[in-house]
Formats: sequence, structure tokens, C-alpha cells
Amino acid sequence: MRPLSQTEVHKTRVLTLMVVATNVIGNVCLSRGMHQVGKIVSPVPADYIRALANPWVIAGVCILAMWMVSNLALLSRADLSFVLPVTASSYVLIALIGHFWLHEHISWLRWLGVVVITAGVILAEETPARTTEGAPEHLL
Amino acid sequence: MKWILVGIIALCNTLGDVLNTAGMKRQGEVEDLRPRSLLRMVLRILRNPLVLGGLAALAVSFFALLSLLSIANVSFAIPATAASYLLETLLAKYILKEDVRWRRWAAATLVAIGVALLEW
Repeated sequence: MRPLSQTEVHKTRVLTLMVVATNVIGNVCLSRGMHQVGKIVSPVPADYIRALANPWVIAGVCILAMWMVSNLALLSRADLSFVLPVTASSYVLIALIGHFWLHEHISWLRWLGVVVITAGVILAEETPARTTEGAPEHLL
Repeated sequence: MKWILVGIIALCNTLGDVLNTAGMKRQGEVEDLRPRSLLRMVLRILRNPLVLGGLAALAVSFFALLSLLSIANVSFAIPATAASYLLETLLAKYILKEDVRWRRWAAATLVAIGVALLEW
């Protein structure tokens, strides 16, 4: 494995931050919008189109599309077994935003979940982001 | 029915992420993060069958999750999410040949447990 320069490591880190930020902001916007729209439980996809008239829902969908793109970009540079636990930090941020900004009640069991996930994120962060080289030729 | 949906969610989620990772590694590293480069990456994905398959699998998983949530509690989605983390780490090691050692196993396990506590 070739040694990675500081800038390369830095790019991966910036992408990771983008993935987490777009996930959190997108979900918060979507959740806010869907609460305004009200309950939709339907097997017909067309019924969900009504929600797309809400600006928060539109913003949420656009930001989650950016999340998808940045996640794919991150997967082009980092291991799946690195990306999964590290981007789980979005669960932690969503819980913190829910508590401090949206004033949601968070039970002690959920706080325990936040602490356990944080420990997982820190452990994965200490491993090198990419341990494979080139394309996975053995699969193709 | 509920458990069938849980199985579909976990398997499609895992399949989607593994295909996306393999496809993006084959396509090559994104060198910089300017909008133009990311747009070029998206256009290349349109001709990348691995990633297209991966996105289709994630779409199936998403709609299975919507159906599950319409017939069961949110807590029913927990086993699917938690299982995905462990299954994906397993496939990352043996199929994608990533170097998964104790730190990453511990990280995946802690996240799976944490997500279960969070959504209980």
C-alpha cells in the first residue's frame, strides 16, 4: 500500500464530513417537512408526491441527493468497513440536534446508544481509511 | 410477512453497499471535491453497472422499509439495521478483501448495538 500524503488523507476527511453533514441536515429538513405535511401511509408512491409541495421536504430531498453523491465519492476513496462505522456519527448528531434544538425527549437508553456509537466511531477513525489498492479485480 | 421484510431490508442494504463500493473502486478515486468533478463522477456512474445495481438494491431496501414501517413499529426495523452493519463488515472482509481487524470489528459491533439502543 502506497503511503498516503497529508492532502489525500485530508480530502477523505472532508468528504466524510460532507457525508455526515448532508445526512444530518437532509434528515432534519425532511422530518420537519413531513411533520407539516401530516401522516401519509399508502402503498401507492403517487400519494407521496403531495409531500413534494412542502419546501422543507424539497430541501431535504435535494440535500439527501447530495448525501448520496458524496457517499459514493467517499466509497471511491475509502473502505466500506471504514465508511460504515465512521458515518454512523450522523446518528449521534441527529440525537443531539433533537435534544438541544428540537427539544425532543431522549431516554437514558437512547443516551447510552449515543455513547456506544461514539465509541465505535472513534475506534474506526483510528484505522487507515483505505486498505485495498486499485479496483477489486478478483470480483470482475 | 414482517420478518420477510426485515430480511429483504438487511440483504438489499448489504448488497447495495457492497456493489456500490466495488463499482466506485473500479471507477477510480474521486481526485477533488469540486462540483464539476462530482458531476463527472455521477455521469460516469450512468455507465457503471455495479453502482446502478447497487442503487437499485438500495431502492428496494428503502421501499421494503416503508412497507415495514406501515405494518409494524419502528423497533421492527432495528434487527435489519443492526444485522446490515455486521453482514456488511463480513462481506467487506471476505469479498472486498478489506483489512478488517479487531478495531473495525469492534466499531461495527458497537455501532450495531448503539443503533439498537437508539431506536428501541
